[in-house]
Amino acid sequence: MANYSNSLYQQLEEETGVKTGQKLCQTLTFCFFLRVMGISCNIIKPKEVAKLHPLVNIHDLVGALHLPGDAVVSPPEVNHALAVAAAGQGVQILERTTVQQVLVEKGHVMAVETDRGSIECEYFVNCAGQWAYELGQASEIKVSVPLHGCEHFYLLTKPLQEPLSPNTPVVVDMDGRIYARPWQGGLLSGGFEKNPKPIFTEGRNQLEIQNMQEDWDHFEPMLSALLRRMPGLESAEIHQLVNCPESFTPDMRCLMGETPGVSGYYVLAGMNSSGLAFAGGAGKYLAEWMSYGYPTANVWPLDIKRFGNLQSSRTFLRHRVMEVMPLLYELKVPRWDFQTGRQLRTSPLYDRLDTQGARWMEKHGFERPKYFVPPGKGMASVSLKNEKCLIKVINNTSTGDQALELLQHLCANDLDVPVGHIVHTGMLNERGGYENDCSVVRLSKNSFFIVSPTDQQVHCWSWIKKHMPNDPHLHLEDVSWKYTALNLIGPRAMDVLAELSYVSMTPDHFPSMFCKEMSVGYANGIRVMSMTHTGEPGFMLYIPIEYALHVYNEVMSVGQKYGIRNAGYYALRSLRIEKFFAFWGQDLDAFTTPLECGREFRVKFDKDTDFLGREALLQQRQDGASRRFVMLVLDDHDTELDLWPWWGEPIYRNSLLAGTTTSSAYSYTLERHVCLGFVSPPPSPEGLPTPITPDFINRGDYEVDIAGQRYPAKAKLYPFSSLFTQQKRRKDDMELSNLQGK
Amino acid sequence: MHSLGGFFGCIACSNTAWCVFAVFVCACSAPPAMPVASQLLRGLPRAKVLASSLLPCQQHQSQFGPAAHRPASRHPSHAWQRHQPSRSYRKTSAIHSYILTPPQVNSILKANEYSFKVPEFDGKNVSSVMGFESNQLPANAPIEDRRSAATCLQTRGMLLGVFDGHAGCACAQALSERLFYYIAVSLLPHDTLCELEAAVEAGRALSPILQWHKHPNDYFSREAQMLYFNSLRTYWQELIDLTSPGEVPETREALLNAFKRLDNDISLEAQVGDPNAFLHYWVLRVAFSGATACVAHIDGPDLFIANAGDARAVLGVQEEDGSFSAHTLSNDHNAQNEEEVARIRGEHPTSERKTVIRQDRLLGLLMPFRAFGDVKFKWSIELQKRVLESGPDQLHENEHTKFIPPNYHTPPYLTAEPEITYHKLRPQDRFLVIGSDGLWETLHRQEVVRIVGEYLTGVHQRQPLTVGGYRVTLGQMQGLLEERKARVSSAFEDQNSATHLMRHAVGNNEFGTVDHERLSKMLSLPEELARMYRDDITIIVTQFNPHMIGAQMQEGQS
Repeated sequence: MANYSNSLYQQLEEETGVKTGQKLCQTLTFCFFLRVMGISCNIIKPKEVAKLHPLVNIHDLVGALHLPGDAVVSPPEVNHALAVAAAGQGVQILERTTVQQVLVEKGHVMAVETDRGSIECEYFVNCAGQWAYELGQASEIKVSVPLHGCEHFYLLTKPLQEPLSPNTPVVVDMDGRIYARPWQGGLLSGGFEKNPKPIFTEGRNQLEIQNMQEDWDHFEPMLSALLRRMPGLESAEIHQLVNCPESFTPDMRCLMGETPGVSGYYVLAGMNSSGLAFAGGAGKYLAEWMSYGYPTANVWPLDIKRFGNLQSSRTFLRHRVMEVMPLLYELKVPRWDFQTGRQLRTSPLYDRLDTQGARWMEKHGFERPKYFVPPGKGMASVSLKNEKCLIKVINNTSTGDQALELLQHLCANDLDVPVGHIVHTGMLNERGGYENDCSVVRLSKNSFFIVSPTDQQVHCWSWIKKHMPNDPHLHLEDVSWKYTALNLIGPRAMDVLAELSYVSMTPDHFPSMFCKEMSVGYANGIRVMSMTHTGEPGFMLYIPIEYALHVYNEVMSVGQKYGIRNAGYYALRSLRIEKFFAFWGQDLDAFTTPLECGREFRVKFDKDTDFLGREALLQQRQDGASRRFVMLVLDDHDTELDLWPWWGEPIYRNSLLAGTTTSSAYSYTLERHVCLGFVSPPPSPEGLPTPITPDFINRGDYEVDIAGQRYPAKAKLYPFSSLFTQQKRRKDDMELSNLQGK
Repeated sequence: MHSLGGFFGCIACSNTAWCVFAVFVCACSAPPAMPVASQLLRGLPRAKVLASSLLPCQQHQSQFGPAAHRPASRHPSHAWQRHQPSRSYRKTSAIHSYILTPPQVNSILKANEYSFKVPEFDGKNVSSVMGFESNQLPANAPIEDRRSAATCLQTRGMLLGVFDGHAGCACAQALSERLFYYIAVSLLPHDTLCELEAAVEAGRALSPILQWHKHPNDYFSREAQMLYFNSLRTYWQELIDLTSPGEVPETREALLNAFKRLDNDISLEAQVGDPNAFLHYWVLRVAFSGATACVAHIDGPDLFIANAGDARAVLGVQEEDGSFSAHTLSNDHNAQNEEEVARIRGEHPTSERKTVIRQDRLLGLLMPFRAFGDVKFKWSIELQKRVLESGPDQLHENEHTKFIPPNYHTPPYLTAEPEITYHKLRPQDRFLVIGSDGLWETLHRQEVVRIVGEYLTGVHQRQPLTVGGYRVTLGQMQGLLEERKARVSSAFEDQNSATHLMRHAVGNNEFGTVDHERLSKMLSLPEELARMYRDDITIIVTQFNPHMIGAQMQEGQS
């Protein structure tokens, strides 16, 4: 995004003749993944730093990352240039106009009411920055734009005695939490402090922003960091300390895209202090989104639909941004768990699990156990609490089969299955990419129960809603809040359940991918599915929340003799990764097709209904996919000593960059680290993508680059069969675990 | 007590080993004729009633003879430093484990802290007082200091008082419960008094007179409340007879009358006795123990201090340059005050000139020259004997009460009549510190005012910095900011200025900064030793509202 912005600003100057004030200048910082993204960068030694920047104290430096192509632009000038360019295309810009309300009709934006009258519109983009939250609230159907302002300080000095050349690089000192760049012969320096000051929690106060107070005491750590990095500045005179609030989002990523509730209402806000850098690119994607219905790159991590109304609490936002802002200059650790705004949505089992040593993570406001401390010593069954799956029912009250029609249209797999069957399917877009990867249960002839990943709660809902015909008989309901999900995994899961329900649970009586309502303990009406999302044998129990504690207690007490124990999300993840299960939002996105991840068998081209994405998939089947989801088992990787992969590591095939990993975990079965990721052959000389062949995958020497160290890896197209090991283990278990109670 | 035992061990290994030895030896009544012993006793703080006391420890002191009566060190803490070279202290490793951690120190210091903010009315504080913060640190067990704070409800104004008891805590306790009622009643106009009496007569609900601001540890004795009420009622009945309708009393007179009247009532109650044996014993204990009192009455810009004894009230005045200076509002009534010495000598025949004040003490015994209670210095010998004979048996078990001061010819020698100081508050008057002598003997008043002043400005009135149009370099700014940061972090531990002051009073080293190790040692002294190194400390810091005072001044001028 920033890359595009850069070229846009360059282009703007050429096209309009208005100066954007862009100066090519370099950035000195420290960061890794840029090389993969095709951005010119190099790591330089402290001595070279001294050459590039006269003021930097290099004595404690080990090195720096140098981005020669980085640039600095002046916001007002860019603004002006954009305005001139836009006006040239016939855009009318109204200044000093207050938006009073956004009018909505039948769920679609209709007009904007301003103090100068009403303006009809087809699309409305809320890019009000700081005030986007309030503007969102000022809509007929309220739109949640979860962002919150924080005071941000930067210092301007008077020109130095030896004025700094405007071409001096921008310096980013992550340890000191500061940035510094030349400004009118002096220096401009700010930072992202550890103790941010949130502001405007109570609401809009646009007048106040004009005369924000300087707070020197607050700036002290950053001033000290600046003087530590550039001791020569001690004699520089202060021009001004500017207090310029910036807006931040709950997860440090910006908000863009169409809002889930109102069609035609787009948002682009919450840039987390990098507005100018990303503006060009973000604008481009949003423009594509509005004209084609989707942007040309995967922007799911930025999609506003990753949030729902629940992130709209001002208290939550206030607390969360105080945690988010300091992270800007900290090492971005994957699987970071925010500490603020927690324990919002908890299952009835929360306290029980917490006292048993659960360590929690949060997904979409839900608390779910990551792992347990200390880990229990169970041998056989694993009981896993996964509260987080999103469940929906499509319910048709009339006799027609609109529900089936709709889902047949949305899903690639054939849903016309007997009642009680579970179908694993993708919901694809027109390009054949995954909009959602879910399991659909046919509860009755005309009602379906959909289980999707947690962070799909808003997105999936709006995707279905968008394609739903306006039929009063068709009914969509979000029932996530009604159920607690319990995942009973392991070879003895069936024994535990059978004992609790007096029903035989063997595969003969309860085949895989089946769903039954049955009783567990005293509780009746528990939805039991022979599916675990992990590839292991076992069951998912969807329990109405009031029964959750009872069922959990029963399962645990009966399971004791089978060696049952608690397990958290990390166990689930490790299991699914070693089974080569792709996960939506992590491995799969709106640009991944089933053909690319080896799920062609779940696409029924020959079913009666023409489903979304069918054309694109047929085309791709003909042309051949140009990339493929593979499983890489790391060789020569010492789990104790070497750095672990997480995701985003470059994959090299025969020493050529072939792709990146998307998830990874330690496989306890293989006793190795396993990475999942996409590889693609190098494009043809004409620059067109080349189709990938199994040969390409199988005949190649793979390496995964973890923090600069390459580890050889074996690429696999299909998961290892663990059937043998499982059977063997089960026999062992029978002897050991049956003898001792735990 | 285990940790205290450990501390004992540490003393034994230091140069003060004989100190412990001395205490044990005298417990088995074998007088150690060592020169060091007298040195030890010089280290003892002055006990107000030395020759006779309820405390066994002090009885032993008398056995050592006159050596103990030499000028007592006004700075017991220095004695501690002298006897406690850190070198030898570090010799044994076991000692280290008995140093209190900062949180432990804080929990001791903060145990009795209390703060009160005058409630705002319509977003504005219309009172000249912003609020007060108070704290107490015991050295005696139980503590003999008391404090009180209350708002007068029938008249305006706030009352704050520190009471330093001696020979037990009974008198100070009685003062803390009763004195403010006497003052408040004295301040009531004639008509209000009549209403009050009418309500009592008719058994109607009484309109409250005082709003107390009490720490949970500040208790009231339930048994004596009825007795106290009857005495108070008699007082206001007399006031009704003495005043005429429409008459509003003067504050100065009211304070004076209240002090004298309460002391008189204490004396009378002891003479009359009570059919209830417990109460009888109690009123005798109150009368035979003593207490000094320092009370402030603040109403708008008018500040009255009524003081009897050696507690002290000091005003913190902020100068134009931002520094603080101390303005003392009370005189100590002790041997260091020449006027007091002259007063006492003048009140008794010239034949007693030498005996009435000996060794800086009244009749060679009592340090404060004015106090409540202490009937041994007020009643005639016959009266004392008669009252004691009719008193309950418990009294006879106590040697102290039977003891008659030497050279006791022309009682009374002691009075509770206060010295009253008036001060009209100015905007630069920022706060008032009232403290028992335990505070003033460890810190100079100028130091006290500096510590509180810097604490209050550092925390509550921290002005944001602005560069404005000045030429400031980054280096200068950094220096300034670091200084500000350091100042805040030292005060940051305490949310209460009285606690902060106490931390300095107990823990200050020679450089005027708090030394944790010293603080820890002082606070972990065993109960029976603590009194030798420090006195009970009670502090009330009242903060004024300069805006309100400024506004009132302007009104007064126009």
